[in-house]
Amino acid sequence: MRVFGIIFGVAASVISTVAVADKFGDPAAGEKVYRQCKSCHQVGDGAKHRIGPQLNGLFGRQAASHDDFRYSKALMRAGTGGLEWHADTLDAFLENPKAIASGTRMSFRGLKNPQERLDLIAYLRVFSDSPANIPEADPTASPTDHDIDPAILALKGDPEYGEYLSSECTTCHQTSGGDDGIPSIVLWPEEDFVLAMHAYKNKNRSHPVMQMMAGRLNAEEIAALAAYFAVLEE
Amino acid sequence: MTLNRRQFIGTSAAMAAALSAPMVKAQGKPRVVVVGGGAGGATAARYLAKDSKGGIDVTLIEPTRKYYTCFFSNLYLGGFKEIEDIGHSYGGLAAGGVNVVHDWAIGVDRDAKTVTLAGGGSVPYDKLILSPGIDFVEGAVEGWGLSAQNAMPHAYKAGSQSELLKAQLMAMPEGGTFAMIAPPNPYRCPPGPYERVSMVAHFLKQNNPTAKIIVADPKPKFSKMALFQEGWANHYDGMVDWIGEDFGGGNVSVDPNAMTVTIDGEETKVDVCNVIPAMKAGRIADLAGVTDGNWAPVNATDMSTKADADIYVLGDASSQGDMPKSGYSANSQAKVCANAVRGALTGSKVFPAKFANTCWSLIAPNDGVKVGATYEATPEKIAKVDGFISQTGESADLRKATYEESEGWYTGITSDMLG
Repeated sequence: MRVFGIIFGVAASVISTVAVADKFGDPAAGEKVYRQCKSCHQVGDGAKHRIGPQLNGLFGRQAASHDDFRYSKALMRAGTGGLEWHADTLDAFLENPKAIASGTRMSFRGLKNPQERLDLIAYLRVFSDSPANIPEADPTASPTDHDIDPAILALKGDPEYGEYLSSECTTCHQTSGGDDGIPSIVLWPEEDFVLAMHAYKNKNRSHPVMQMMAGRLNAEEIAALAAYFAVLEE
Repeated sequence: MTLNRRQFIGTSAAMAAALSAPMVKAQGKPRVVVVGGGAGGATAARYLAKDSKGGIDVTLIEPTRKYYTCFFSNLYLGGFKEIEDIGHSYGGLAAGGVNVVHDWAIGVDRDAKTVTLAGGGSVPYDKLILSPGIDFVEGAVEGWGLSAQNAMPHAYKAGSQSELLKAQLMAMPEGGTFAMIAPPNPYRCPPGPYERVSMVAHFLKQNNPTAKIIVADPKPKFSKMALFQEGWANHYDGMVDWIGEDFGGGNVSVDPNAMTVTIDGEETKVDVCNVIPAMKAGRIADLAGVTDGNWAPVNATDMSTKADADIYVLGDASSQGDMPKSGYSANSQAKVCANAVRGALTGSKVFPAKFANTCWSLIAPNDGVKVGATYEATPEKIAKVDGFISQTGESADLRKATYEESEGWYTGITSDMLG
């Protein structure tokens, strides 16, 4: 399943191909960006898993799919739910790992600069099978559609409305923060909460129940929920 | 909003003029009585007490001291849960400020606004929320009545009936026959009978692999049909014989003394017979005079009945539109109702109604599936907005994750209902 790919495909067919090509990254610049990753990850000949998994052959692979690496439950769940690594999903993940998999062990705040992400993705792309050999392989790098409007992030939520809306969440998510089978959503930073909910709303995250729930919440309602859960105490 | 007596008298004319003015009692707190402590009633009682912070006097009338969830009771039959795993006390609600009365509600006086209790006495209300679940339509299955429920259990209200059916399943002779008479629409938990078939098949595969399951069904198709049929073929090949409407599954009679089932004129001797008859709203809805036919029609915005603006009906007993009769639905409706009732009684802000439902079913170990949808209130009914369903041929990992998610949901909803 490639939820992300479908969306990108539609977008790409509308946007002119020249505009897309302009947004390809520069692998040489990406190698410099990659220095931030090197303390945990290896890539290239003889790369091994270290604190993080090795990154060869990343493109087109299901998230959390190396059998010999211990991933967080959150990333495993995302992979099982259909998350695959492509330029678009990597871009969203690299911008804020916790927006794509809340419980990921990758303790990296994220690359806020879109050009740096494009360059890094172009660099990592070198270590996957080449598009020249495999025509249907991923492009080297591509623009994304996951960015959310800074005005949305700036919205101040109404916690009272959030409390009412939260009753729809607490049918499954425990207010105690308990996490068995369904992740905890209490005491998240508001920005992460908003990003995660918009990722479901835009179907960049793969869970069907959450896509449905987030899909009908507007930006104010998501902000209200974020405001409420951010300070919820038992 | 609180007013002393003099202020109340002084402002009462203005209050009366404002159409949306909340009801303000000159003396004492507003009183809400909730009948039925299941997914609808317990949730409504808990949210009213919690959100009004003591501003509303909430009484829950529920005859049993221990509540066994109907959801997950099939997993008990399959051996995945102990009966105590699905049993819950009302201690959390009492601690949360709900006055829990263990008694039967046997009547409603809509003029005096009181609920009569079997144990004597009556309880006054300003707003009455009925969440009585289901009862069975008499004569729905020829030869079966409530007096036959020990010989042929329904096990569609969880607890002792579930234990009885499990005991009969365990006592089946080698190679014996388990029959199920499935209900016509609409009924509680649309995938429930078929999850039960799956769980019975799982138990028999482990303990009595040559046994057979016959299902007589008055419907031509059922909830998650493709998923269940795929699962039965994968896990229990040849064990389940589903006889739908096309093959006479609706033309059924039973003989509880002889332990026979006659389907479309053909009589079969069976060892266990699980009769799930046609259903209707729990009796108190009828006694309150808010039903029309088998169910109680309600307004989608707040679950108030069409018959009486001060009586609300939640969950299985209501006729509301597109939502399935499920614990999740009842819990969702209860929150909308509690918000509206609190607003009407205390003047708190009433937010627009949003409803949702998801039903998980277990087919075999780590093989979970789900179906769900969101809903909105329209002037006519609760109307479906968006939905999804598990697909056939999903990976084992995804099915396992779905099952684990259902376990998480169980913990979530039971604490959401009962505190």
